[in-house]
Amino acid sequence: MGAAVPHDFAFDIAHMLAGALVLLSLMMLYQDRLYALINVLALHALVLALSVAWQAWVHDAPHLYITAGIALGFKAVIIPMALRRMVFRLRVHREIETVVGTGLTMLAAIALIALSLQVMLPVTEGVDPVSREDIALALSVVLIGLLMMVTRQNAVSQVAGFMSLENGIVLAATGAQGMPLVVEISVAFSVLIAFIVIGIFLFRIRERFDTVDVEALDAFRGERG
Amino acid sequence: MTGFGITGAAIASLATGGLDPVAAVLLVPLGASVLLAVLPGYLWPSRLNVLACLVALLCALLLLWHRPPAGDYLMIDDLNVVFIVLNTFVGFTTAAFSASYIGHELQTGRLTLGLLRFYHAMYQIMMFGMNLALVANNIGLMWVAVELSTLTTVVMVGIYRTPAAIEAAWKYFILGSVGIALALFGTILVYLAARPVVGESAGSMVWTVLISRAAGFDPELLNVAFVFLLLGYGTKVGLAPLHAWLPDAHAEGPTPISAVLSGLLLNVALYALLRFKMLLAANPAALAPGPLMITLGLLSLIFAALMLYRRHDIKRLFAYSSIEHMGIIVFAFGMAGPLGNFAGLLQMTMHSLTKSAIFFTVGHITQAKGTQEMSDMGGLTETHPVLGWTLAAGIAAIAGLPPFGVFTSEFLLLSSTFDRQPLLAAAVVAGLLIAFGALLMLLTPVAFGAPRGRNAHVHASTLPIFAHLALVLTGGIFLPPALVAWFQHVAVLLG
Repeated sequence: MGAAVPHDFAFDIAHMLAGALVLLSLMMLYQDRLYALINVLALHALVLALSVAWQAWVHDAPHLYITAGIALGFKAVIIPMALRRMVFRLRVHREIETVVGTGLTMLAAIALIALSLQVMLPVTEGVDPVSREDIALALSVVLIGLLMMVTRQNAVSQVAGFMSLENGIVLAATGAQGMPLVVEISVAFSVLIAFIVIGIFLFRIRERFDTVDVEALDAFRGERG
Repeated sequence: MTGFGITGAAIASLATGGLDPVAAVLLVPLGASVLLAVLPGYLWPSRLNVLACLVALLCALLLLWHRPPAGDYLMIDDLNVVFIVLNTFVGFTTAAFSASYIGHELQTGRLTLGLLRFYHAMYQIMMFGMNLALVANNIGLMWVAVELSTLTTVVMVGIYRTPAAIEAAWKYFILGSVGIALALFGTILVYLAARPVVGESAGSMVWTVLISRAAGFDPELLNVAFVFLLLGYGTKVGLAPLHAWLPDAHAEGPTPISAVLSGLLLNVALYALLRFKMLLAANPAALAPGPLMITLGLLSLIFAALMLYRRHDIKRLFAYSSIEHMGIIVFAFGMAGPLGNFAGLLQMTMHSLTKSAIFFTVGHITQAKGTQEMSDMGGLTETHPVLGWTLAAGIAAIAGLPPFGVFTSEFLLLSSTFDRQPLLAAAVVAGLLIAFGALLMLLTPVAFGAPRGRNAHVHASTLPIFAHLALVLTGGIFLPPALVAWFQHVAVLLG
């Protein structure tokens, strides 16, 4: 217990931030324009940064401020800026095609949240309440991120899905109190994301395929072509 | 961060305690990658690449005799020594093959000198990542190392920059990242299960600490963690239904990379899985990991065997064959027991050696033919006798025919499974026969039919191929007692 924060209050705030993350994940699912999606993604990273900073504060774990700083600077500012620039340059700021309808996707997401609470809460009874709620909500964020990657065809929104998934994992890692190597792992993850974004830039998918639609890439598969 | 800490510790141990082979296995590739990133030209960098791999192999062999005690980050035990020696050996022979293969690619203009420098540097970083994953004594560090080796192979798969290569790299990247993310979630859950027992310290993710106290972990949490780890690392092993990245990545990248993907990277992911399986086995109340692994292994075997029939790209064909063999190996480790684990270890070793030899041969064949389509290949034993016959030998070996080593391990697996679960054994036999039929049907015309297609001369480096095939043949005829004793010992460790 760091600082003079009453336990209930610490728990409430942590809970609220984690819940907000799930809510933002749900919001991502129904964004049908890329710019709006990127804005929600930035907000997602911002809430993550707040949540991690809160964990650092209440658990007296100053190294977590580094992770929070990465989430804030890299994932809430730099990456969204890069993505926005990319969307502009690739001229794909039209509507996103979704495979399944929004309503169905939202229902699936709600089912996934229920599932992750069902799976995680019973098995984490021995864990302290803050970690316990965080892990359960983090799993929801991870699963919704996966759902987003499956239902979206566009490369940029797949990256957004992956980033929200990754935010969920960072939430779990920081929620697991006292876990060693958290900072190193979040750095490694940021490298991974930077790689993805640079990859899209370098490979200039647009130049070669005239679209970032992954379905169009499929046509080039050796066996179908 | 950690990486720097380890490098620093390694340098310190080099300075104080003389040559530490564990540090050398990591530092040699790392140093070589820096050199290769700046060295111009083709000839000397490719030789340096081979040399660095040879030195790493020698250091790995040193580990057989001289074994430093386990530290907080690195450790050597009886299990990972097997993997490290295999890893550095195939890394070395692949570097030798790569030298002649890349020379040809340079001549035909598929690669430029700049890309080549990048390729060589990445090759060494990949070796570093894989070696680090194998010697890591910390489940967090192991995860970072697996991620590093994934990233380097992704850029190598996409190195030709053709649309197909970029698509393969992208697919591999996205699926690999999802896999790696799930594996991290599993790793966090393992930590949560361990925390009440081990406490909050830097040691709470150290493997040797975890395994010694695993009996007290919360079994329920450990179960859920294992499901995530199986799905996560299983994606990297190429288990069906998570295998979608594997055929594309094998087919579109340079052939040396196909060889290391099949021969090494799949093993590294498997190794990570085995570590966590041991953790579960050490906890009496946790679920038995066997049935899960048997199901996924069998599914991969049957699925890949059926998919073999529809291939017309030769590299894709052997990629599906890798899925099939990883299925067999995971099945064997799932059956567990001294015999099952022994068969799994032997099958893994033999598969690595055989499959990389096949990819070496196929690499030269595709260069001679100018295509990967099997319909444009034919009668290789007539037009390119050496390549044709080594391909035939490789096919016989991978299909599990005697007197090759794969036969020995598959026979062991089947006979032990028939004793315990006859129905499962029947399913494995069916999968093996289906795969055998496909290989025979598709590759007989390639090796023995009427000559077809272009017949360019290619300067092939046959030594690595012969070395691998000779080892596989030896494994089938006579297994040295020392090796048998070693594998038996490791098989008991695996539980």
